[in-house]
Amino acid sequence: MKKIKLSRQSRSDLITYGIILLLSLVLFFVGQSSYQLKGLLVPVCAQIILAVSLNLTVGILGELSLGHAGFMCIGTFVGASFSIYMEQFIHIPALRFFLALLVGALSAGIMGFLIGLPVLRLKGDYLAIVTLAFGEIIKNLINMVYLGYDGNGLHFSMNDTASLGLAEDGVVIIKGPQGVTGTPADSNFGIGVLLVLLTVFIVLNLVHSRDGRAIMAIRDNEIAAESVGIHITKYKLMAFTISAALAGLAGSFYAHNYNNIKASTNNFGYNMSIMILVFVVLGGIGSIRGSVIAATVLYMLPEILRFMSQYRMLVYAIVLIVMMLFTWSPKAQAWKAVQLARCKKKLQPLTDKFRKKSSDELKKEGE
Amino acid sequence: MALLEVQNLGISFGGLRAVDDFHLQVEKGQLYGLIGPNGAGKTTVFNLLTGVYKPGEGIIKLDGEDITGRSNIEINRAGIARTFQNIRLFKDQSVLDNVKIGLHNRFHYSTFEGIFRLPRYRKIEKEMDERAMELLEVFELEKEKDYLASNLPYGKQRKLEIARALATDPKLLLLDEPAAGMNPNETHELMDTIRFIREKFHMTILLIEHDMKLVSGICEELTVLNFGSILCEGETDKVLQDPEVIKAYLGE
Amino acid sequence: MRFLSYLISGISLGSVYAIIALGYTMVYGIAKMLNFAHGDVIMVGGFSAFTIISMLGYPPALGVLAAIVICTALGVIIEKVAYRPLRNASSSLAVLITAIGVSYLLQNLALLIFGSSTKSFESVVNIPPLKLADGQVNITGETIVTILACIVVMVMLTLFINRTKAGQAMLAVSEDKGAAQLMGINVNGTIALTFAIGSALAAVAGVLLCSAYPTLSPTTGAMPGIKAFVAAVFGGIGSIPGALIGGLLLGVIETLGKAYISSQLSDVIVFGILIVVLVVKPTGILGRKIQEKV
Repeated sequence: MKKIKLSRQSRSDLITYGIILLLSLVLFFVGQSSYQLKGLLVPVCAQIILAVSLNLTVGILGELSLGHAGFMCIGTFVGASFSIYMEQFIHIPALRFFLALLVGALSAGIMGFLIGLPVLRLKGDYLAIVTLAFGEIIKNLINMVYLGYDGNGLHFSMNDTASLGLAEDGVVIIKGPQGVTGTPADSNFGIGVLLVLLTVFIVLNLVHSRDGRAIMAIRDNEIAAESVGIHITKYKLMAFTISAALAGLAGSFYAHNYNNIKASTNNFGYNMSIMILVFVVLGGIGSIRGSVIAATVLYMLPEILRFMSQYRMLVYAIVLIVMMLFTWSPKAQAWKAVQLARCKKKLQPLTDKFRKKSSDELKKEGE
Repeated sequence: MALLEVQNLGISFGGLRAVDDFHLQVEKGQLYGLIGPNGAGKTTVFNLLTGVYKPGEGIIKLDGEDITGRSNIEINRAGIARTFQNIRLFKDQSVLDNVKIGLHNRFHYSTFEGIFRLPRYRKIEKEMDERAMELLEVFELEKEKDYLASNLPYGKQRKLEIARALATDPKLLLLDEPAAGMNPNETHELMDTIRFIREKFHMTILLIEHDMKLVSGICEELTVLNFGSILCEGETDKVLQDPEVIKAYLGE
Repeated sequence: MRFLSYLISGISLGSVYAIIALGYTMVYGIAKMLNFAHGDVIMVGGFSAFTIISMLGYPPALGVLAAIVICTALGVIIEKVAYRPLRNASSSLAVLITAIGVSYLLQNLALLIFGSSTKSFESVVNIPPLKLADGQVNITGETIVTILACIVVMVMLTLFINRTKAGQAMLAVSEDKGAAQLMGINVNGTIALTFAIGSALAAVAGVLLCSAYPTLSPTTGAMPGIKAFVAAVFGGIGSIPGALIGGLLLGVIETLGKAYISSQLSDVIVFGILIVVLVVKPTGILGRKIQEKV
């Protein structure tokens, strides 16, 4: 028999993919139970992609970004506009949707690159606040955009619908604060699961590659990374751009689930960025699997347990604080180490017995 | 021609003259020591040589190539690798990966090939694994290859840092207090390792050290720094008997 | 003349930013952390005063006093429970994320207690407006009080830091925690005191802000909080005069931008300033540079 030997790494990756498939199955059946829950299946996929991609910045690169929703916002509006405009030219919905996803991801990626270029020199608190600022700027600017098309092509304005100067048969795509209207409903749960798998595949494989090691080297010790010749800016930008592009992918996918989307504060503002951060932190910073599970559970749970929706954010906040204190405070870490040692000590006789038993069995077998 | 040639090197921080009129000549294959009391400017010299600080004045030449004022990344590519006084490992990554990060610029495949695991990714990764294991074996770290770097005992962390520096395939290796925090046994072992590296890799080594036994045991030549300028230089035995040097170390 | 009245209201807004920015800058200077929840302490101050004055019908002075006491206590508690355990954590992200958690906790507690509807806040100032240039320039009582309060706070804080033992201890702790401890300074106490002062200032700012713009909701503090942080960075974080300069400049720029460029763009302008400052001169106007030792 041929033996397939898997490294620890690929085994762990396979478990992650397995968990995603299992979760999808559970979600699928949950979605059958009511119309409302079914409506959550597409957004939950978008949330998972957002959480995994933010984890690339927070967990793998080790920098805090508070503007992730801004990149999603770009993907949403660019992807939706693309689909609406292209409906007249591309008549195969699948192809059009595929291109819309690609365009959404690309536009957010380019934006991530352009933003990252000047700001990634900053670190820690400063970088966090600058990404927050960019997220807010993106949201505010998109609220001022008017876009439409007629026989002469696309029209763009920052003032109002009238100044678009559309012909009579013209169609308004983006209407300032009223958002984008008329996006074809191309998204469904199946595609969502595929995109989640693709996102996780990209992030995990990146992490296990030469580039991923360089990114994590920067996270662990920037000075040492430079001393072995690793280009800090290049790899920071790479992680940030890929993270932004994946958020754009999620945005474009999300957009094709709704006829109308507005760039409101809760949707795409600072609050949304924090929400994604909560998923990442509770799933475990740096753990891709954790992000997937946390995003799914935290997004679905309040909807299933309707009665607690009022307390949802409050509970999240408390859990967030407790989680950080428990994971990172030196005292808690010391306490955990002591408990672990005590546990081991208690279990010692048991494991010894087990070992002895199994070695006895081995001997018997040998005989 | 000397491998490393430094002339008239100097830097000031604010009003403080940290290094003044420093010169140095290290021949290929030499084991050279840089010693001096605390705060004499030894590590600053290292930081100047590796591009962490930009020199205020002076010229640094590596193998005839002027590398003055280049960034630390460019200098590493030109052929200088270093370790740090306070160990700087990639602590959340495995021992093997620490060395593979050192190999970063010696092996190439594109991001795309990496993400989609194309044949070249598999081939190059395999080569990197083999090369990294060779280095780990030199330092007897091959059994710990899957450990997190932060879980290694102190002495092995120092060794891993040297292995990582060697992975960049340097012409010149700078060791900043390699024996700091080691007990006499470990120091003795380290001396053997350093000698061994020189033989095996034909490496030129410049090291900073406090441990006089180590310095007198392995260095052929020394430069003594005091208050940022050179107090004495030459063959190890002569330097260590110099009354000025003894005074600087032991006081009046 | 219109320009003059815009300028004055800009200075008034800037004064509020300056008072909030002081809290940020002191905490950052001493605890080396970005206290994300600072903006929400402002909101707590607003609601405390609102409860005492509008709901319970006590005189405004009592409301202001209550706001200060409650916020001071809150600041100290937050520091002790949420931030102190993480002071020596290996990751600097830990305390930042915790601060975001505290910010959310405060907002959602307020949401549960007071509901999401916007409350109208009764001004605590009853000084008649000042009319200049035949009524073309109208300076409200709130504006006068805000600017005066800012001046008083600045003077008192500068005196406190330079003339008192506790103030000197703060300077020492911000310079080097370890060395300060060795010199017998109670580091924990000093950091707690800093949070107490910062939060008391946030309460004052909260009452002033709600008096000038008479609305109040659980998210009232979020935007001014972030903008005040922009002001603190603008002026140079860690520097007290920097907070004043940054706050005033930001207030004036925001008000003039709203009046002459576009009201929709005012936030974009404020955040744009932050980005430009951080990218071009991350230390701000009066800040100092710190380099990691190799």
